[in-house]
Amino acid sequence: MADGKSILVDVSRCTGCRGCQVACKQWNGLPGTKTKQTGTYQNPPDFSHQTFKVVRFEDGRTKDGKTYWHFFSDMCRHCMNPPCLAGAQGDEMIHDDATGAVVYTEGTSKSDFEMSLSVCPYNIPRQDPDTKVMRKCTMCFDRITSGLTPACVLSCPTGAMVFGERDAMLAEAKRRVDILKKTWPKAQALNADDVRVIFIVTDDPLKYHKYAAGV
Amino acid sequence: MTNHWIDIQHSDCILIQGSNAAENHPISFKWVMRAKERGAKLIHVDPRFTRTSSKADFYAPLRSGTDIAFLGGMIKYIIDNNKIFHDYVVNYTNAPFLVDGKFGFKDGLFSGYDADKRGYDKSTWTYQKDAGGIILRDETLKNPRCVYQLLKAHYARYDLKKVSSITGTPEKDLKTVYEMFSSTGTKDRAGTVMYALGQTHHTVGVQNIRALAIVQLLLGNIGVCGGGVNALRGEPNVQGSTDHALLYHYLPGYLSAPRASQQTLESYIKKITPATTEAKSVNWQSNYGKYAVSLLKSWYGDAATKDNEFGYAWVPKAEDGKDYSVMTLFDVMYAGKIRGMTVFGQNPACSIPNSNKVRAAFAKLDWMVHLNIFDNETASFWKGPGMDPAKVKTEVFLLPASASVEKAGSQTNSGRWIQWRYEATKAPGDCIYAGEAIIRIQNKLKELYQKEGGTFPDPILNMTSDGLAEKGGYDAEKVAKLINGYFLADVEIGGKQYKKGDCVPSFALLQADGSTSSGNWICAGSFAQDGKNLMQRRGKADPTGLGLYPEWSFAWPVNRRVLYNRASCDPSGKPYNPKRAVLEWKDGKWVGDVPDGAPPPLAAEGGKLPFIMKPDGVSSLFGPGLGDGPFPEHYEPLESPLAKNLMSTQQNNPAILLYNSDKDMVASADARFPIVMTTYSSTEHWCTGAFTRWQTWLTEAMPQAYVEMSEELAKEKGIKNGDKVRVESARGKLECVAMVTPRFRPFLVNGKTLHQVGMPYNYGWRFPEGNGDSANLLTPTVGDANAMTPEYKAFMVNVVKV
Repeated sequence: MADGKSILVDVSRCTGCRGCQVACKQWNGLPGTKTKQTGTYQNPPDFSHQTFKVVRFEDGRTKDGKTYWHFFSDMCRHCMNPPCLAGAQGDEMIHDDATGAVVYTEGTSKSDFEMSLSVCPYNIPRQDPDTKVMRKCTMCFDRITSGLTPACVLSCPTGAMVFGERDAMLAEAKRRVDILKKTWPKAQALNADDVRVIFIVTDDPLKYHKYAAGV
Repeated sequence: MTNHWIDIQHSDCILIQGSNAAENHPISFKWVMRAKERGAKLIHVDPRFTRTSSKADFYAPLRSGTDIAFLGGMIKYIIDNNKIFHDYVVNYTNAPFLVDGKFGFKDGLFSGYDADKRGYDKSTWTYQKDAGGIILRDETLKNPRCVYQLLKAHYARYDLKKVSSITGTPEKDLKTVYEMFSSTGTKDRAGTVMYALGQTHHTVGVQNIRALAIVQLLLGNIGVCGGGVNALRGEPNVQGSTDHALLYHYLPGYLSAPRASQQTLESYIKKITPATTEAKSVNWQSNYGKYAVSLLKSWYGDAATKDNEFGYAWVPKAEDGKDYSVMTLFDVMYAGKIRGMTVFGQNPACSIPNSNKVRAAFAKLDWMVHLNIFDNETASFWKGPGMDPAKVKTEVFLLPASASVEKAGSQTNSGRWIQWRYEATKAPGDCIYAGEAIIRIQNKLKELYQKEGGTFPDPILNMTSDGLAEKGGYDAEKVAKLINGYFLADVEIGGKQYKKGDCVPSFALLQADGSTSSGNWICAGSFAQDGKNLMQRRGKADPTGLGLYPEWSFAWPVNRRVLYNRASCDPSGKPYNPKRAVLEWKDGKWVGDVPDGAPPPLAAEGGKLPFIMKPDGVSSLFGPGLGDGPFPEHYEPLESPLAKNLMSTQQNNPAILLYNSDKDMVASADARFPIVMTTYSSTEHWCTGAFTRWQTWLTEAMPQAYVEMSEELAKEKGIKNGDKVRVESARGKLECVAMVTPRFRPFLVNGKTLHQVGMPYNYGWRFPEGNGDSANLLTPTVGDANAMTPEYKAFMVNVVKV
């Protein structure tokens, strides 16, 4: 296999518009779930079998009193060596050779969901309570194998999300981090060697989300 | 916009004030982020820390309704620290003009104020002239009566301490913003201003924009690449609808609407075509008579003749000095003086201030015809909160409309690009274009007038039906051609032949003798002479390398991409900044963008001044055209936390219209309503949400009405994040969810801690049920003194835990 594909998510360019969150629902035919306003812009509150992409919102003040608002367009990282495959009983989970995408099939109703979830550093897999099928982001497998860009990436107005060959994305990640470090010394690409969906953050990863850099 | 979206990337310093661009114009941030990656600095000035602030290099908070104080301080800073672009100010603004000796300003009032009329006699807001009528100038800018010195004296009162005590912006933050932005007053740097409804939704809305324009003119940032004063217009074709006279006081193309005192075409044309004694001024408005006659020809066709003043008598005339804006409309409706109403694609039950008054006004109607793609709070007002359907007499007709993506037609973006779009899919069932509905109504009215007669049927019967429909149905391209305009006879102009029926390729060819038509002069040229639709162009050629894309769609006027672009060059025609030359005078002609006026640059033989739409050829630091003063002055919002304006004894803008119905309660500096409130839209919903609340992916993301507040206020009020609260103003109340956030902070205003809260106006009672109602239940019926834009952005409330 060549190096396959990668998505680069540069949060320094993200405005939290949630175009990606809606585009994901649209392409995957997922329903809008019933939510409540609980005092945050983040909604739905978390992943579900009907939500593969959630923009996480974290606001606060720094030690010197400056306000910040961080956005983290959370999704499956499509690990290079996906631990969730440990929950597979047979071939119901696909780790695609050409792209590197990790795709769950209907057959995951027979998988060990608890196992897959417990070993995922990013707390991604979810299970349909009725069918017991496991669901998560497919890297828009049907799109990328037809020469299209993933729906979330296509929707991004600011170029915060980019999709392409992994080596090109790694090079771009390095280039961006070098630039960003001048303004934000904490800038880093999270676990770039281990994942295909590489997040660039400019602050402590825990300020974005508990599982931003994995557990 | 003076400039256009793509141009933002060229800016060196971007000031976003009165806009939440990242949330309400997400695509703008494609260009903002590109500018930042080039090294540009982004400043956000806003009462709230928003998704826009999160990307800013510097965020400065200010209390809602105090932009003029903030910008007045910036004007003072620029002048005191000599940050002005001197050549530009002397040559291209009215800074050197000597103002009439009787003009004055005292304690918040300019000379000529009439308290009974709540308006000004502007006869002293003029210039000193010599015997030949030429305006006297002092190009050294030292004469105490020159505009520059009057400007300096006016803003001398806006010192940092005073501004900070009004705005609540810390002094050091003011200084940082002033320093950052005024660094663009040099040849090689450009600063841009992005603004939206945060500037316009005030009783001083127009003067807010004037203050921004003064800052930009002092810094020489108008007409240049990466500069400008850029209004971010909304998705609902806001630019196109204003171009086409959505507002009552305009005819299409910003020609003033006729008033009762202008009974003849001649008197009307005289009013709209200013004269000038300045030999170097193009004074393009002197052509307005040609545009008015061509407009009448497009409306009335062959029925419009020279003998009947091209049908001018059939155009409705507004009473002099009388307001017909939407708030007055509802005030009169509430008084029971209007019997019927048509509502096309709107939701005034949620979008117009003081919703309780608006909804009560609907109940005074005999009938309402409502055209929309969904039912909404307006069409269903009779079964809304507090209404007894058995007692409402209004008969409502809800007609099914096609949605924007189910229609072909033009849409004009903020950069004035009139882009053609195509019907993506057929509308379901009986849904029709709004244009088709209007044609059917027009035809029926004509039929009834023909059959039954009536009072003054002429305007309806003489209205042309030609050029609207094809095969019995509305035809968007035919209508667009009618708007562009036709030659109505074979003519020769400047040695070139034009045949009857040809499209007019430029408004410069429009005539006042009835030989041309044009439904909107600024759109003339959107079709080529042979009828090719230039709005459909998608060419990507970029000859300047600045992203002007002259072969992509059509930009009004005459495909010009940057307005006032001649001001980007010095008087000899050399670009001030050759690295970003939007225009250059080279070998006896202009090269680059379509020049703003064909004549040579000022210093060349036959040279003209660059601001061709101003009678005197220069831009206005002193702006006598407005109704509430030639210089912006800070007044408090109608409802303010302060009992006394810190700038003068004039508490509010002295020229605003006040309403007095029993629904128009006002509570200013009132202990019952101590919290400043502002309203806005979220990214996830569109206007009142009438379109988007039915869309489950969007209601999933933003399900319910909420009020954002600081942790400090929440603590005072015993409110926790996510609690249900009641928000009340003097006019109404509603329940919603509290969002307690560190992004809001208390202000220190006039030495006291002051809280501000904010709420989106995206919700309504109709759907989803139980998810809230409109924030406009709280807002006051009051508007800007010039444009009557409602004061949605600053008023007083209280918040209590339910």
